[in-house]
Parts: sequence; structure tokens; C-alpha cells
Amino acid sequence: MTHVTQAPLGMSPATLVPTQPVTLHINGQDRTLHIAPWTTLLDALREYLDLTGTKKGCDHGQCGACTVLVDGKHINSCLSLAVMQEGSEIQTIEGLGTEESLSPLQQAFIDHDAFQCGYCTPGQICSAQGLINEGKARTEAEVRELMSGNLCRCGAYSNILSAVMEVIEGQKPGAEGKIVMPEKEWSAGAAHQQMPPVAPPKK
Amino acid sequence: MNTDYIGKPTSRVDGPAKVTGTAKYAAEYNVPNMLYGYVVSSPIAKGKITKIDAAPVLALAGVQQVFSHENVPHFAIFDRSYQDEIAPGGSPFRPLYDAEIKFSLQPVALVVADTFELARYAASVLHIEYEEVAHETKLSQHIDDAYEPGKGKIGFQPPKSRGNFGKGWKEGVAHVEAQFSHHAQHHNPMENFATTVEWLGDKHLNIYDKTQGAFNSQLLVTKIFGLSKDRARVISKYTGGGFGSGLRPQYQLLLAVMASLELERSVRVSLTREQMFSFGHRPETLQHVALATAADGSLTGINHFAVAETSQFEDFTENVVGWSGMLYDCKNVALGYRLAKLDVYTPLDMRAPGAASGSIALEIAMDEMAYAAGLDPLEFRMRNYSDHDQAQDLPYSSKALRKCYHEGAAKFGWKQRTAAPGSMRDGNLLVGWGMGGGVWDATKLPASVRASLDADGHLTVSSGTNEIGTGTYTIMTQIAAESMGLPIEAVTFVLGDTELPESPLQGGSWTAASVGNSVVEACTKLGEALLKQTQKMDSPAFKGVKIDDVQFANGQMRLRSDSTQAMVLRDVVQASGEPRIEAENSTLLAKLAMLKPPKYSMHAHNAVFVEVKVDPDLMTVHVTRVVNAVAAGRILNPKTARSQVLGSVVWGLGMALMEESVMDHRFGRYMNHSLAEYHVPVNADIHAIDVVFVNEEDDKVNPLGIKGLGEVGMLGVAAAVANAIYHATGKRVRDMPITIDKLL
Repeated sequence: MTHVTQAPLGMSPATLVPTQPVTLHINGQDRTLHIAPWTTLLDALREYLDLTGTKKGCDHGQCGACTVLVDGKHINSCLSLAVMQEGSEIQTIEGLGTEESLSPLQQAFIDHDAFQCGYCTPGQICSAQGLINEGKARTEAEVRELMSGNLCRCGAYSNILSAVMEVIEGQKPGAEGKIVMPEKEWSAGAAHQQMPPVAPPKK
Repeated sequence: MNTDYIGKPTSRVDGPAKVTGTAKYAAEYNVPNMLYGYVVSSPIAKGKITKIDAAPVLALAGVQQVFSHENVPHFAIFDRSYQDEIAPGGSPFRPLYDAEIKFSLQPVALVVADTFELARYAASVLHIEYEEVAHETKLSQHIDDAYEPGKGKIGFQPPKSRGNFGKGWKEGVAHVEAQFSHHAQHHNPMENFATTVEWLGDKHLNIYDKTQGAFNSQLLVTKIFGLSKDRARVISKYTGGGFGSGLRPQYQLLLAVMASLELERSVRVSLTREQMFSFGHRPETLQHVALATAADGSLTGINHFAVAETSQFEDFTENVVGWSGMLYDCKNVALGYRLAKLDVYTPLDMRAPGAASGSIALEIAMDEMAYAAGLDPLEFRMRNYSDHDQAQDLPYSSKALRKCYHEGAAKFGWKQRTAAPGSMRDGNLLVGWGMGGGVWDATKLPASVRASLDADGHLTVSSGTNEIGTGTYTIMTQIAAESMGLPIEAVTFVLGDTELPESPLQGGSWTAASVGNSVVEACTKLGEALLKQTQKMDSPAFKGVKIDDVQFANGQMRLRSDSTQAMVLRDVVQASGEPRIEAENSTLLAKLAMLKPPKYSMHAHNAVFVEVKVDPDLMTVHVTRVVNAVAAGRILNPKTARSQVLGSVVWGLGMALMEESVMDHRFGRYMNHSLAEYHVPVNADIHAIDVVFVNEEDDKVNPLGIKGLGEVGMLGVAAAVANAIYHATGKRVRDMPITIDKLL
């Protein structure tokens, strides 16, 4: 038998500093909240401001579900303290569009079925918006690579790629507004009934 | 107006809520005056707690309570109170019940405080002492103690052998025998498990739980805490991924309810990502397959044996080897399945449980056998095609696997394949083409559905099923709209609430068939109720008319014989003087049907073709192309259905190339318990994936002809990747995942 100690004895817990007022500029509005200084931006949004569109998947900057836009750039809100963002323009999924007025990316995600459970979706959309804002993603390979910080356990990656590409292509000079998704071959069976049997390879 | 919605690629009706962040998940109901619970997890895998010193933590202003086995009352005493709907045989884990530690990361305390930040901090400084004893976590060392489990979990049947494998083995002219293994895998849905309990006073609770079955969560809460159902309403409108992890209620539910009842406050308990590795998982499994074929390439013998881990306290069973007795035609089949007890938490169904594991061994062995028999892997499978389910000795209700082979191969271009390993190149890269496939149960369970038409003509259809991302909201809305001839905008499907009609767990690929057919039944009942109301109205054309004489279209009920004779549905409701007319289906026939032996073998099938490109110097593997051809009966929505199969392929690629929960046997703990170290595919890993749904009409499986899609698409994917890697490199890897070190 081995003796194991979890959290050493004798050290009394550190005295906690009091909460402090923090004013955040979120989705065009100033919001003041009283929080411990080590409150993450993610927890401030979810637990204090009821902006639960921003998701917690890992709390360690490993999954991207908590992505928000700060001054137009996409960051992991779990890796930032709320107090660090005083004076910044913070945009969350709730600020990108509403059900009545969807942003082009939000609409493209629906059209391309770029999500299933929906939990990673706000982070995916904010990351894509950040890439577009920053002018970084231009090709499919770039989008795949740059969107790889956003995990999707449902595996909607192909559809996320096509949704993001549609919006990027639609914004290029010469593109006539938003490109309507081409009629997809949904391969629902009927289209493939005439396929001949494949011949086995000759030895 | 065309209201034929079934089979159309309707966009998700819950899409706008999901893309704007308004869809609420379990941890997102911010109820007033809520407390936060933070779980403290055991650092040891086996032993007991000898001391908990909560006083310094309780002295922190804002900490409300530290719950542990020392102060949590024993709400229930018997195992049966802790057994949820799908609990396997054994004695379920009871959180904070006694000092005994049964697995690493076991919850040992719940610190409850005014804020999340404070609860987390207080939990990190809670002093606990343990006496640790030796643990056993190595499956390979326990093969000899493995035992054959009984029936245990509902639905599990011990595998049945047939014929004489020894004779079949001797009759064969070509033979393959090999061993396969994969490590534990964790579901890791993006949403961590969480429960928000809203205290409504007098032990009335609204419980917002992450689950795949609100009724299962309610069942467990009522049994353990002695609450009546009306005091324990479970709500689960959105679930951020399940994959099986939510089939059994997880311990945060019990901790949150306990804390709420004890403190008479609202409480939220969310698990951390690390704690997502502290419960059910796909069990580590070791497999042995032996195959023999005659000179014509027909299988003369199949032997498939598996040993899987389970916990010390429950017998988790899954069907790993049974599929090998039905996928191919063979008289002599020997199957075996055993469990070995380890000091881990009880495993849990994880997407295509058993079949995903078993199909790795069977489908790699089939590839090896094809090479040994000198046949193309597709041709070899065609020669052993099974037109009759030999395992159950039943005809198939339908089986379009041959179409999957033909259409999948044609789309992939399989004809161009040259057989010799290393014989195909793309510049410097080695190209490999491999295939696999599988079979999955088409199940339908009794489900209750209510259909309610209000005086504005809006149809609300409800059932307490769940939406885990499969598209339940959408397909049920489509079915209801088509059934009642209403535009889809005039229909709302409501789910995820124990106040709604009872529905089975969301799992097993059975929701579309179970709830979908019940939606039709409920709508038929509603139609009858509406027709009954017309009899009270002044409408001579409808006098004495039967339900079969009318059809529903354009928001109207029309006579089939004369479509100009129509009643607007809204007017019928208004004439009743009631705010709505509603009806519920009866589950009696469905329940009776389950007691009868089946007349048909009802299954979905798939065939998957994979291309890999391997760097010959670095041995990095890229899966560049996948074609997955699926025969799953009627496809309700090709858009969401395609997404189901795309996701399944991604899961198969993860299983083949990256997913493993790596046990550090010194500590008895999975060491890669984070999303940085438990690797799942990312966007850059995924290239072209084609999904083909072959036409498969089935009027026997259930009235709508649905077989379910959540799992079948994953089968054979990992094996096809392994087979493609063999084709590219000549290296046969039988231990998943196929990481670079196994190829160098």
C-alpha cells in the first residue's frame, strides 16, 4: 500500500482578491460585470452575460469551440482573461447575425449542412469570419489548414470547407454577390441505378 | 403546393438556432441564484480514501459545501436503484458513496461555491489522502482469466457458432490466421457532460442534462433520490454530440441533483475535458481471426474470437464477433467472446459498438485471405456473398449490398487497381486502394408521439426523443409535414423533455425508424380526430367518410374521390371550439411485435473504398479519397443522411490512424486525457469523401422502409484504410491506430 496525497496539507488556500468591475465592449454594447480577475473571457461570456453561443469544449485552447472575434481577429476566448479585453471590440456568434438576419457564413453553414450537433459551429463560424477578415484563406488547402484549430467531432469538415469556400468565392471581385450552391448530387439512390457491375481485374 | 418532403434534402430546421448560438445546451440554462459544483477526481486507480480535510476550503468565503462520501447520505441502497435502462449486469458505480476507489479519475468530492471560478479554485486545494493498492489495467495479462459473459445487457446475445470450423479449416486450400488489437477510445463529444439543476422549491427540479435519453436520466434520478416523476423533469433540447456517451446517465447528473436537494438551491456541474476520460469508452479489444477458403475462393471456415476489457463492477458486452457469422456465406463458423475485468470504469457503447471493432479484424482478414487466395478483394467478397442470414437462419427483409459493391466500385474506379502491393504510384508517393464493409441492425422500438393541430393551422408534433446531431428535428418535421399535407413552415417538432410522450434512447441507429413511423401513426390518429370533427359540421360531402377515403394536402382534408371537396384543417379545429385537436399513437402493437420472433433478418449494409497516399521516406499516410456506398433502406433526407455517413467516415479514419486512449499502466490512468493529445481528425486530414446511397426498397422492415444511418457508415472504414496501406506499402498492420512508428 502506498500513501498518496492530493493537494498538500498545511498550505491554507490563498486569500482571494475581491471581484472587480470589468467593462467589455461586446457586440456593440458596453457590459460591466463584477468578476474575479482570473475569470476567462469564455466564462465571462457564458456565465455572467448569458452569451452561451460561445462554447466550452476543452478550456485549454485545444478545440476552438470558444472562438470569438476580438478587434476582428479570431482568438480562443478560453485562453484570454476577460480583464485583458477591456477596450477591445469583442464580437461573438450572437453579434454576427440573428435567426432573422443571418450572416453569409451562417447561411452557408445551413445550406451546406456544415454541422450536426451544432456545438462546435459558433467557433467554426467565428474562425472562418476571422480568416476572411484577415484575408488569409484563399484556397481550399489554406482553408483546410487554417480551420484545423476547430475540431468537429461530428466530422462535418467537408461541408464546413464548402460553406467557407462559397463565402470566400462570393466575395472575390467579379463574383456576382453570393454564389448559390450548385445543385448537389445528393446520391440518394435513384441517380445511380444504371451503374453496370464492375468487372474483376484480370489476373 | 407540394408537401412531399420525405426524401428531399431539406436544410436542418434547427440550423438557424445552431448557427446563431441560440440553441441551448445543458450547461447554458443560466437560472437565477445558481451554485457551481466542481468535481475533484481521484489521482489513484485503486485503493481507498483515508482522509478528507475540507475545513480550509469551507473557510473560503463563497464556498457552500464540500460533498464527499463522508457527508453524502445514502439515498439508495440496492444496485437496482442505480441501474439505468441499459446498465449491464453487475453493480453500477455510485458516486461519493464510500471510500473505495475503483478507477482513476473517480469523482471523490464535489466542491460547491457561489461562482465557477471559486469552485474550481477550492477544488484544486482540497486536501485528500489515499491508500493506494496495486491495480490491473493490462488486458494482455488477463486473457487467461477472461470469461464468457451471460446475456446481461438488454439485446446482447452470446455469439453462436455453427457447423464445424475444424473441418472447414481442413477443407480449405488457402488459410489466414492473425491477431488484431485496438486500444480504448473515448467518445469525446465536443460538449462536455454537464447538468444544470433548477431548484423550483419543495424538491421540484428542472434538470437540464446532457444525455441521449431524457427518460433514462429521469429514471435514474427518481430511483436513487426517491423523487416522483413530476418532481424530476429532465430537459435536453440540444445535445452537443453523443456517439453513445450519453446513453447512460453520467455521474455529474447525480452529483448535481444531490447537491441541489441537499442545499435546496439550483446547481450546475460541468465536467472538464480531462474528466471526459473518467467514464465509458470503447473497450480495448484483442481479436483472433482464422479464415480458410476452397480453390474456388469460397470460404470454408471462419473463426473469430475476441477478448475485451470491462470494469471490476459491471459486465459491459457488445457484439464484436457475431457479424462474422452473417456478413459472408460460410457453413463452418466458430465464434467466441470473453471479458476480462480491469481496474477501469465500465466501457460504454461507442458509435457502431462491437461492429466497428469486429469489422476491423474481419475485414482486414478478408483482405489477407483475398491475397492468399489470389483474388481481388472485391471479387472475393462477391464470391462469398450471403443471400440468407445464416446466423439467425432467416431471409433478409432486403439486402442491397451487391449494389453497394457495384456502385461504390464504379464510382471509385476500383477496376483500375493493380493487385500487387506497391504497384501503384503518384509521382514519388505510394498509392494504395483498399476496401471493407459491414452490417448493422435495423431496429425499431416502441415510441410515443403526439400530434396537435391548433386553431391557426400550426401542427406541433412531439416526442421525448433527443437531437444529438443526427437530424431528428428535421426528419421528423419532414415526415409530419408530408403526413398532414402541410408546408414545412407550419410544422414544429418538439423533443427532449420528459413531459412529452415517451421515446426510447437516441442510439442504435433506431431513432429514425422508431420515432419516424410513430410520427406517421400519430398523424393518422390526428387525421381521424379531424375527420370525426367534420362529422359534427355541416358538410354533406364528408358525412360517413372513412379515413382511407380522404387525403391531406395543401392544408386541407380532401376526398380522394373528388379533390374539390375539401375542408381547410384550420377551420375544422376552429369549428371544434377547442384551441387544438390532438392525438397520440398507440405503442401497443409495436410492443407486442417485439415479443414475437422475427420473420426476417433486418440489416443495413455498406461497402467502402479508400485511397491512401504514403510518403515512402517518411511513411506519412494521407487518406485522399473515400467512397462509401450504403444500403440503408429509405433515405428520409439525403442532405442530413449524407452528413451522417461523412461523419462516420471521419470516425473510421480516426479509428484507423489516430484514436487511442493511451493507458499509463504505472498509474492506471489514460495519460492523453485532452483534445491536444487524444487525436481526432481535423479539417486538414479530410479530403474527398463520396457518399452513395444505393436504392433499397424494403416494405418489411417497417412501414416507412427506414433502416437507420448513424452507425453503418463507419463499418469497414478503418479496415479499408489498413488494407489500402498494405496495398501501398506491403506492410500489414493489425494494431489500430496505424501510427507512423508501426510503418517505419
